[in-house]
Amino acid sequence: MNFLFFACTVTWLLIAAYVVVLGKRQKQLQAEIKQLEEWNSEQ
Amino acid sequence: MKLKSQIIDWTLFYILVAAVPVMMYFIFIWSPVERVLGPAQKIFYFHVGCAWVAFLAFFVVGVYSVFNLIKPKMNHFIYAGVSAEIGVLFTTVTLLTGMVWGRISWNVWWSWEPRLVTTLILWFIYVAYLFIRKMDGRWEKIARLSGVFGIIGCLNVPIVFMATRWWNSKLHPVVFGEGKNETGGGLEPEMLFTLIFSVVTITILYLFLMRKGAEIEKMRTRVKQAKNKLLQKWAN
Repeated sequence: MNFLFFACTVTWLLIAAYVVVLGKRQKQLQAEIKQLEEWNSEQ
Repeated sequence: MKLKSQIIDWTLFYILVAAVPVMMYFIFIWSPVERVLGPAQKIFYFHVGCAWVAFLAFFVVGVYSVFNLIKPKMNHFIYAGVSAEIGVLFTTVTLLTGMVWGRISWNVWWSWEPRLVTTLILWFIYVAYLFIRKMDGRWEKIARLSGVFGIIGCLNVPIVFMATRWWNSKLHPVVFGEGKNETGGGLEPEMLFTLIFSVVTITILYLFLMRKGAEIEKMRTRVKQAKNKLLQKWAN
């Protein structure tokens, strides 16, 4: 049973890590868009 | 168009919210315990589900790579890249769950058995593919170069699948397409249902990740274009 839980945990941890990476990428892009808007308004 | 896309995303998300707990219930509680390996056999449902999605992801990479070789298009380039990332993720899960399975059934974490070796080669091809995509240069050129790797990796998928049959490996069990009528090595109906349910759920997860990943990459391209335009405006 321990092996089963280990395999299950590994599976969901890796998938969750990828979702976190996607979230970080999105946040970074949103920050860049905000910066672009600021630059545009400064002009 | 955006509203339609959002509806699809939310639909996929809610299906996943409902399907994942049901899948876990089927795997841990409802499906019968195998006689020889015991509860550890249930790793099979994660392992096969993830392997199937990895194959699907690499097939998608292969198709978009062909399109990119014919005529590079940004959308095709993005879809190929996101699918390759997800494919590498699920191949990693497949390899790791396979190692746990190997530890239980063969008493070793790793064996240089045809299926394992070909899967590891597949993993290396797509990791190389992702590195190529990170290279500096014109995206059309990178799309063509990475496309070659994408196609080579895609051609490796049937080799991975057939490895146990072609090299007659006795270690890796052949569950489907074996025997007189090629009906498989035999799965209890409850096991087969759990397996199909797991494969469908993980495929929906792939679709969800693919849509989200592609959306982010498209946004990145638009931001890059806007930045370049602004810089050009400043320069003038």
